Amino acid sequence: MNPEAEAKAPPADEEATSAGPLAFPPVSARGGGAAAMRLIVPLQGIVQGRGGLVLGSLIPCALFYFLQIYLKRNRSSPSPSSSSPPADEAELPGIVRTLSRASLGSARSPAAVSSRAVSVAKSSDSAAYFVGYKKCSEDPYHPLDNPDGVIQLGLAENHLSFDLIEGWFATNSKNSWFDERQGGLNINGLATYQPSDGLMELKMAIAGFMGQVVQGSVSFNPSRIILTAGATSAIEILSFCLGDHGNGFLVPSPYYPGYDRNTKWTAGIEVIPVPCRSTDNFSFSIAALERAYDQAKKRGVKVRAVLFSNPSNPVGNLLQRKLLHDLLDFATEKNIHVIADEVFAGSTYGNEEFVSMAEILNSDDEFDRSRVHIIYSLSKDLSVPGFRTGLIYSFNDQVLSVASKLTRFSSISAPTQRLLISMLTDSDFITRYIKVNRSRLRAMHALFVDGLKQLGIKCVKSGGGFYCWADMSQFMKSYSEKGEFELWKELLDLAKINATPGTACHCIEPGWFRFCFTTLTEKDVPVIMERFKRIFDSR
Amino acid sequence: MLETKQAVKDVSRRGQRYWWLRGEEEGPRPFHFSFTWFVACFLKLTTMAKSCMPLSELATSNTHGEDSPYFAGWKAYDEEPYDAAENPSGVIQMGLAENQVSFDLLEEYLEQHPEATGWGCGISGFRENALFQDYHGLRAFRQAMATFMEKIRGERAKFDPERIVLTAGATAANELLTFILADPGDCVLIPAPYYPGFDRDLRWRTGANIIPVHCNSSNGFQITTQNLEAAFAEAVAMGFRVRGVLITNPSNPLGTTISRPVLEEILVFAARNDIHLISDEIYSGSVFSPDEFVSMAEIVEERGYKDCERVHVVYSLSKDLGLPGFRVGAIYSYNDRVVTTARKMSSFTLVSSQTQKMLASMLSDRVFVENYLETNRKRLKERHDYIVEGLKDAGIECLRGNAGLFCWMNLAPLLKETTREGELELWKLILQEVKLNITPGSSCHCSEAGWFRVCFANMSQRTLEVALRRMRNFTEKMMMIKEN
Repeated sequence: MNPEAEAKAPPADEEATSAGPLAFPPVSARGGGAAAMRLIVPLQGIVQGRGGLVLGSLIPCALFYFLQIYLKRNRSSPSPSSSSPPADEAELPGIVRTLSRASLGSARSPAAVSSRAVSVAKSSDSAAYFVGYKKCSEDPYHPLDNPDGVIQLGLAENHLSFDLIEGWFATNSKNSWFDERQGGLNINGLATYQPSDGLMELKMAIAGFMGQVVQGSVSFNPSRIILTAGATSAIEILSFCLGDHGNGFLVPSPYYPGYDRNTKWTAGIEVIPVPCRSTDNFSFSIAALERAYDQAKKRGVKVRAVLFSNPSNPVGNLLQRKLLHDLLDFATEKNIHVIADEVFAGSTYGNEEFVSMAEILNSDDEFDRSRVHIIYSLSKDLSVPGFRTGLIYSFNDQVLSVASKLTRFSSISAPTQRLLISMLTDSDFITRYIKVNRSRLRAMHALFVDGLKQLGIKCVKSGGGFYCWADMSQFMKSYSEKGEFELWKELLDLAKINATPGTACHCIEPGWFRFCFTTLTEKDVPVIMERFKRIFDSR
Repeated sequence: MLETKQAVKDVSRRGQRYWWLRGEEEGPRPFHFSFTWFVACFLKLTTMAKSCMPLSELATSNTHGEDSPYFAGWKAYDEEPYDAAENPSGVIQMGLAENQVSFDLLEEYLEQHPEATGWGCGISGFRENALFQDYHGLRAFRQAMATFMEKIRGERAKFDPERIVLTAGATAANELLTFILADPGDCVLIPAPYYPGFDRDLRWRTGANIIPVHCNSSNGFQITTQNLEAAFAEAVAMGFRVRGVLITNPSNPLGTTISRPVLEEILVFAARNDIHLISDEIYSGSVFSPDEFVSMAEIVEERGYKDCERVHVVYSLSKDLGLPGFRVGAIYSYNDRVVTTARKMSSFTLVSSQTQKMLASMLSDRVFVENYLETNRKRLKERHDYIVEGLKDAGIECLRGNAGLFCWMNLAPLLKETTREGELELWKLILQEVKLNITPGSSCHCSEAGWFRVCFANMSQRTLEVALRRMRNFTEKMMMIKEN
């Protein structure tokens, strides 16, 4: 109302041309002021409580109603970014075609792809990742055969406890994936169409596994599980369920680089980074979330959820109970969803306890559970990323119903499901595996961090995951992204170590690097420390 | 009124600044505020979505299309499935295109080759396999798929393993291609009648539209250039931008292969209008007589790869090998850009590495593959002939089919009225009284009422006999009613 009052003041020319649902017909210069007053005064009366019942309630209701119509109309029109014309095959990256150009009917190369495909092609893996990966595969390190090869510290695979899984397979795999109830080899139950969101037996087995992983602090309900082909697919499906094209998710940074792709490529959800600082141990704060939320609102991006990983990738810290509570308060206040990516829940090694989002909800009835969704996967905790087993655990029945229909595009292969059922229901093996895996992670983490400490490289205190988040800023030539990139190159070319630079994870402070320690053996650690020394010697 | 006039004079004289503060001496009247607030909240509630937590438009719409008869029949079957011993009067599922006739061959292979299933003698291989999540897919498996696809086409076309992108089923392959080739609001032409699942698979998440290319029984539902041009013009008139045409060859639900001249016409049409051509060939291994199948890949090669960058082939092991639970699909594209983009986007829908390894050894076994393809074709043909004969005894004509796991039968003579409503009435009658779940032509967007798809490969021979007997009884009863 206030801007209206200012705007409708003389000069009358502007006023005469203004239009609105309740605008009075244009009048002469002096009369214009009176016309405006005819609108303002009753409203003023309403605000002051002097307006009658009719004016006092009808006018605001009418205004509100028209506002809703206006918003709905604007919401349903397609966002301009998605309807750009098809791009040429030969188009240079970065050039954006306008609609007018397309309508000129200029010659295009045949069989153009969609603008969605063009943006996917452009947003390829960052140069750093690709180059490093290539060098590793061309010249891989081997302690005996190739001691001077490139050591891969950028890929999150857990080799520490793989021997246990191999051992299990050696003894059990033969009969594990045939349905023994049907009497030996019978492919019928395996080959035919299955429910696309996974077999109930596997959901029950995984619910049990998840309960063991959090050491019994929560028991998970199998009917709230939707199985998908990997956590990647789970995030994509949740993006489709919770947001429309062009909406945003708040994601504390530094974050897993894959989130950009998983939310954006098909569902069109934008990641809005919420920067975290080393002074806070890279833990996000509610104030930072608020700031990012408001900034997004100003830009016109509607925030639909907060997406975070706990234990965090890449930092590895565990989130405190109080912070998770505050986060739920924040989400309730803004009426947005909370997506907790807990894929590393079973890979904790610190002394802090891991608190799952499910535990927070169990302990506190005041929160609306239907806004919380958990992502999990067997790729990290069970070291079987190739089997593509991920899941959405949601407290929202409608999301469960829609997500289960969406899994038709990314279901888990049936024989793999059977294999995993056998393995997960072997509870002795699983208990032993979780315990041994944790102790090995702890040992390797301590060894690696100690080694770095002796070189003067500090790591953030972490409690879970496969990574160390190390501060290498002292070795940068300039405290900037460029300096970090040069240091990364030096690490790759001189020290022959492939690590993930912080900018790839959208960290705002340059100089942080992510090292994965779970592909190493004890003997590799001194070798790596020697390699790091090459950088210092070159200074 | 007088009060207002006075107030107007008041305010105009003193200016407008801080007018909203001036009324504070009198104080707001709580009743009006709360009434206004109540009405505003009421309006807000009625305009909000049903659930308390706002979800996306996709989540709250019903573009998933699972309210159509195609799915309603499945539900009826789920509630009361037929079982020879335990529920002999249950619903027989004849609406699911699944191939169960050749399971014994698969089981025999796996029994003789245990190394395909277990890792008893290949533990080191297991580690690499379980850790393998590269979206390129196992090279050995891609090679095996390429060889298998070549074998099906009698080596008349070559497939390069580097052009194969693996997805979790043909459902995902079709959707992925639609994401890549069409923007939201664009459309794809599909010859009708077509597989009902396309409505969901190609439209739901992609935001694309489907314009059916209506074919009719006068020429055996064959696709003609006129029909294609008419559909194209219709799409343009509706303001859609056409991005591609998707054909299923052999056709679902017709059960026929598309002839060579028609395939060439379709490719020429696509080239002329600068659109893509997706050839869904998931039933290519289920053609009763292998010489009768011509793949789009052959046409492309014969034309010296002219216009090939607009051709994409979709394949899957769900129908030919009868392994839908394994979730193995593939996109084969002659367009480099599509291949690289599809490969990246296949991260959302990768095939389990364990499944890839297991099938790689099976599909590379030439002896097994030849034997399987030949036996499978023979058995499907026998089943097909049996059901066509059985339906003929019941007085029902079928379209002359030469492929697939189903028949396209004409029940128009049994309709009360030859309309969509009449067809659905008959479908409901058959579901509820005859206890057969068949697919009505309207679910497949057929422009002529009275056609139904009936599947024959997802049950045993005995069950098929029971189904045919029921059908015969039903048609006799209907004929009697009509005569009287």
